[in-house]
Amino acid sequence: MKGRRGGLIAIGIGLAVFLALATYPFWHAAGKAMPVPELDLETPAIRALPARLCVAPTAEMKTRHMQILDEWRTEVVRNGRRTFETPDGRRFDRSLTRTCMQCHSNKERFCDRCHDYAGVKPKCWDCHIVPETPSGEASAAVAGKGTLK
Amino acid sequence: MPIFASLLFIVIAILFPLFAASAGWHGLLGIVIPCAAWAVFVFGFVWRVVVWARSPVPFRIPVTSGQQRSLSWIKADAAENPSGRWGVALRMFLEVALFRSLFRNTRTDLYKGRPVYGRTKNLWLFGWLFHASFLVILVRHLRLFSEPVVPMADTLAAVDGMFEIGVPTLYLSDLCLLAAAAFLLLRRIVIPRVRYISLAQDYIPLLLVLCIAGSGLLMRHFDKIDLVAVKELASGWICFVPTLPEGLTAVFFVHLFCVSALLVWFPLGKLMHMGGVFLSPTRNLANDSRRRRHVNPWNAPVKVHTYEEYEEEFRNQMKAVGLPVDKE
Repeated sequence: MKGRRGGLIAIGIGLAVFLALATYPFWHAAGKAMPVPELDLETPAIRALPARLCVAPTAEMKTRHMQILDEWRTEVVRNGRRTFETPDGRRFDRSLTRTCMQCHSNKERFCDRCHDYAGVKPKCWDCHIVPETPSGEASAAVAGKGTLK
Repeated sequence: MPIFASLLFIVIAILFPLFAASAGWHGLLGIVIPCAAWAVFVFGFVWRVVVWARSPVPFRIPVTSGQQRSLSWIKADAAENPSGRWGVALRMFLEVALFRSLFRNTRTDLYKGRPVYGRTKNLWLFGWLFHASFLVILVRHLRLFSEPVVPMADTLAAVDGMFEIGVPTLYLSDLCLLAAAAFLLLRRIVIPRVRYISLAQDYIPLLLVLCIAGSGLLMRHFDKIDLVAVKELASGWICFVPTLPEGLTAVFFVHLFCVSALLVWFPLGKLMHMGGVFLSPTRNLANDSRRRRHVNPWNAPVKVHTYEEYEEEFRNQMKAVGLPVDKE
């Protein structure tokens, strides 16, 4: 009978571990809100645009921006082609800091919000220096380490 | 034949979410089915374990390959033939983490008309790769279920993508899972002996895993998906505030439906070896049959007649014929 009790205790511990692991996300999220990140699109450069258009439609930029950046890097670094033309004929310099971050000038309130939310660690800043946030905007992202949590 | 039945099952598991997504049944695909599947998985798992735990295990089954504990001058093998609790824990760890018994797999071939036995590690290697990469992928998915993202998911993703191949980074675990699942499936199809004993319930989980991995890779590298929308959906489940964000694609619904199918399949079939391995009598019982008395718990009560009772009953007769008695 003693062995049977030991077995029951072992089963109890095992099931408790299973339930704890299977329901872990619920405990982790309990009592916390998981707000969807909101991007700050109100930079001076964007406000000054005649029409709010990026280099590609929003849906494509949301899902493919990292691939576009990768293509741009290859074109510039390997092929030396710096000019990008959109299907509707607008021309851009293929540059993260001189094109993308002219409009999206605040890394902390644009790039980092989604990347932190989705647990993405882009390699951009291994080489690039985060441009200084233009005056007139809150919070300076100089070191590129600061994140909004 | 089982392979065709399994393929039919998989085709339905892919076509149904595609059809339902185009019909606009996003609530069914995104909330009802995954949540129901998760509930079936958890309750089914506990149910199966409770049923197993209730069955009596009367005997120690010393299926061993090592020297059992005996005289002090004979060296015992604590991990292969444990005599106590810690040895059992070690053997169980080796089994669960390293698949010790698969490592002992052998293969028989006919060589000049004689059977020849040799070791084979293919099944062990690919089986272990399959399980390990599945675990890594599961933990990496915690980034969609935690805010802020748990450090473990971040660290694992960094290690998993350490070669930084492409953008987004190719995860090694994805490659390993695809390769290992493909090996395990081909093994069942190509080797005639294994094909003979393979049933639909052997093929279907493998095909489902291949579908899940394939649709996952598709969403990460080719038919790209809006991760923020996916995390919004997932946080809706775990915060009990179901939300259906815009921008979920058909491939995502296929992925989610196949995961749900696997979750429902889990407690119903052989996938329960995840819980069952801990309940294997050949793995979790110490080999102490010779040192401890184990009484069968379902022994029927036997009516015995002790010598005292016998003497009590026949004392007079015994005395009469001159037999010695204990009590006068």
